[in-house]
Amino acid sequence: MTAALHSGRSADLLVVGGGIHGCSAALHAALRGMSVIVLEKDSVGRHASGVNAGGVRRLGRHYAEVPISQHSMQIWYGIADFLDDDCGFQIAPQIKVAETEAELASLAARAADLRAMGFDHEVMLDQAELRRLLPAVADHALGGLAALRDGFAQPYRTTFAFQRKAAALGVRFHEGCPATAVRRDAGWIVTTPQGDFRAPRLLNAAGAWGGRLAGMLGEPAPVEAIAPMMLVTNRLPHFCDAVVGATGRPLSFKQMPNGTVVIGGGRRGRADAASNLSEILFPELRLTAQTAAELFPVMRGAQIIRSWSGVEARMPDDIPVIGASARHEGLFHAFGFSAHGFQMGPGVGEIMAGLIATGGTNAPLAPFSIARFAA
Amino acid sequence: MTQQTIPFADLVVIGAGPAGMAAATEAAKAGLSVTLLDEAPAPGGQIYRGIETAGPRRLQILGPDYAEGRSLADSFRASGATYLAGALVWNIGTDRVIDYSHQGVSHQLRAGAIIAATGALERPMPIPGWTLPGVTTVGALQILLKGSGVVAEDAVLVGSGPLLWLLAAQMVDAGCPPRAVVENLPRGRTRAALPHLLRALRARSYLAKGLALMRKVKAAGVPIHRHASGLAVEGADAARALVFAVGGRTQRIETTSIALHQGVVPNQQVTRLMLADHRWDAGQHCFRPVLDAHGQTSVPGLYVAGDGAGIGGARAAALQGRLVALSITGGDPARIVRLRAALARDAAIRPFLEALYAPAPEVLAPADDTIICRCEEVTAGTIRATVDLGAPGPNQVKSMLRTGMGPCQGRVCGLAVAGIIAARKGEDPQVTDYYRIRPPLKPIPLAELAGFAPGIAAE
Repeated sequence: MTAALHSGRSADLLVVGGGIHGCSAALHAALRGMSVIVLEKDSVGRHASGVNAGGVRRLGRHYAEVPISQHSMQIWYGIADFLDDDCGFQIAPQIKVAETEAELASLAARAADLRAMGFDHEVMLDQAELRRLLPAVADHALGGLAALRDGFAQPYRTTFAFQRKAAALGVRFHEGCPATAVRRDAGWIVTTPQGDFRAPRLLNAAGAWGGRLAGMLGEPAPVEAIAPMMLVTNRLPHFCDAVVGATGRPLSFKQMPNGTVVIGGGRRGRADAASNLSEILFPELRLTAQTAAELFPVMRGAQIIRSWSGVEARMPDDIPVIGASARHEGLFHAFGFSAHGFQMGPGVGEIMAGLIATGGTNAPLAPFSIARFAA
Repeated sequence: MTQQTIPFADLVVIGAGPAGMAAATEAAKAGLSVTLLDEAPAPGGQIYRGIETAGPRRLQILGPDYAEGRSLADSFRASGATYLAGALVWNIGTDRVIDYSHQGVSHQLRAGAIIAATGALERPMPIPGWTLPGVTTVGALQILLKGSGVVAEDAVLVGSGPLLWLLAAQMVDAGCPPRAVVENLPRGRTRAALPHLLRALRARSYLAKGLALMRKVKAAGVPIHRHASGLAVEGADAARALVFAVGGRTQRIETTSIALHQGVVPNQQVTRLMLADHRWDAGQHCFRPVLDAHGQTSVPGLYVAGDGAGIGGARAAALQGRLVALSITGGDPARIVRLRAALARDAAIRPFLEALYAPAPEVLAPADDTIICRCEEVTAGTIRATVDLGAPGPNQVKSMLRTGMGPCQGRVCGLAVAGIIAARKGEDPQVTDYYRIRPPLKPIPLAELAGFAPGIAAE
């Protein structure tokens, strides 16, 4: 393409959605020499990418996601050099605690499955090993499953770092710029309040709004907007180095470097994608608070000082849509990460940029095809 | 276990200051079911704190304006409104279901309408050393005086505003005058306020009172330093001295007790939590909720009365409380006209006070190494650097730096952080906007949340 075509509102690639997936794909596409424009309806990292719990977790993923998650993890280990910002990333064990023999057996079965698939990053912990890693865990905990070199990071800071690195490589970001219409005419034309944008290739990374965009392109995908809820406590004396989940009930639990404890996992508030709003429902969090106090008795004296929530996307089968459109040439999707997309952001962005640039990928994307929702 | 419906009140009033007491009284008299929730153990709010229990000596120290609160409290007690003292409202849903904590247990209450009468907060006054032990605020000292009759000994009062002089005079009357008053108004403020004097004369009792307070403090021999700049608190692990400059000459007062004050601003926590629209008020240098003629916010069913709607003082707050309640109950139009006229007369003093006591420029533009967010110990320079990096507003700065994420939930630092961002970006504060406020509004024990089962009662 000529330089003139790339000026202003044209590029090789249009990305709709300025979350971690859109920013990561834009950055990787720029590294491949493509010109990229990112259209973000609000501000970068405003929704799921900026408000998730920050777990950099391979542990417990859907089997289909494991290879991509492994790939992404390699990028996480070098994230500080890659983005010139450490993103608050720290390596820490992720541990799923078993509270019953049945739970312990289910974790062992999973570890065996993964080994059969050729993955050894999830390892069983007996009660003594669990207690060594989690000295504050309750006496009734029997053991667990751990990914010792998983970790956590600061979500907004990470997404912002992807944006800044991409911008430094020439990616143009338009915030407050919703895609109101999309049409095809020798390439894609996306209409926004800031005018029309054009590119031969289009990536839908619109998160909870990705289903709407896909629908506008005649490729329906049933995205539900959800609002996972998180609680934060006052600063407590250091007692936990790992990110902890339960096996038989929803929980995600971690103590931050500053001593506060972030508790979430599973329970949902009220989400409204149309108005961008999410709302905390505290009676729903009763069980979350109970679980935290039961697994870590030290929590019984904690104070809740803050809660938060945000609008995230969920697919009916709880795995995302990743890959080329089943219907249109030059259209790609990466959305619907179902409240566990943060860790995959760096890797999926690289895979999408490769797919978009070359038309192919050796990443196993078949389970994530949007075609699975075709009528 | 059986399902129970959430209790309902036609009107829930939050806050038992003059606005809340007056509103609850009017609405209950008109026949509404009214519940007033207030954090304190007794009615009065901050301005009339301890009003029911203050003896003659304390009433004498606190003065006749304070004593006016007694009749408000008496009427409120007699009104028939349900009063829950010691009730901490910590969340309100979009369906106007209120989560509150009372005697260690959290409950829910559904409101037909809500009046937020949550009053004012002291404006943050970030100067070097303001986080050291021994540094407090004028408002906090006055709360001690009202609540328990304790007078700070040898305190240096620093800053500006009517409350600063009121407390200084009350300390004189208590026989424990401040060590010094250090006022940080720039020169030229009196001249700037003069054009508003004629209007202010319509509310001349305020002017007379203010002058009398200053005369009393001066007559007691309290050293008064005016036009102080370059304020800083010195000390390694606690306040040891206040340093400042007057007319180019640096002065130093050795003290271990310093009280800061830079005026008061509306407490926005409830209205922000409920996502009501707010507007930057350039005259008062603060945000205030956008209200219609009835005191209703942009959120249907959420009303604001008193200083939370914009600073107007105690008398105006009580008038507003009555007016909002009468709007909700459809009260006598003639009475509404009379109350509005009284409110307008009372407000005549405000432009004069706002011009005279606008916050000092150095308080609005703290030096880079001054801590702004006390909970997370974030400096002005770090906030500016994050803006330079490209963070577009207070919520992104909060996500990066944790400003406003600590136990105070941004109550203390919010305006200072938003102001620094706006100045750095060269933006109108209206554009920069403010933190999204997340519940709980104040900390609640995890164990209390673990037992939070509203709508479910044990059989």
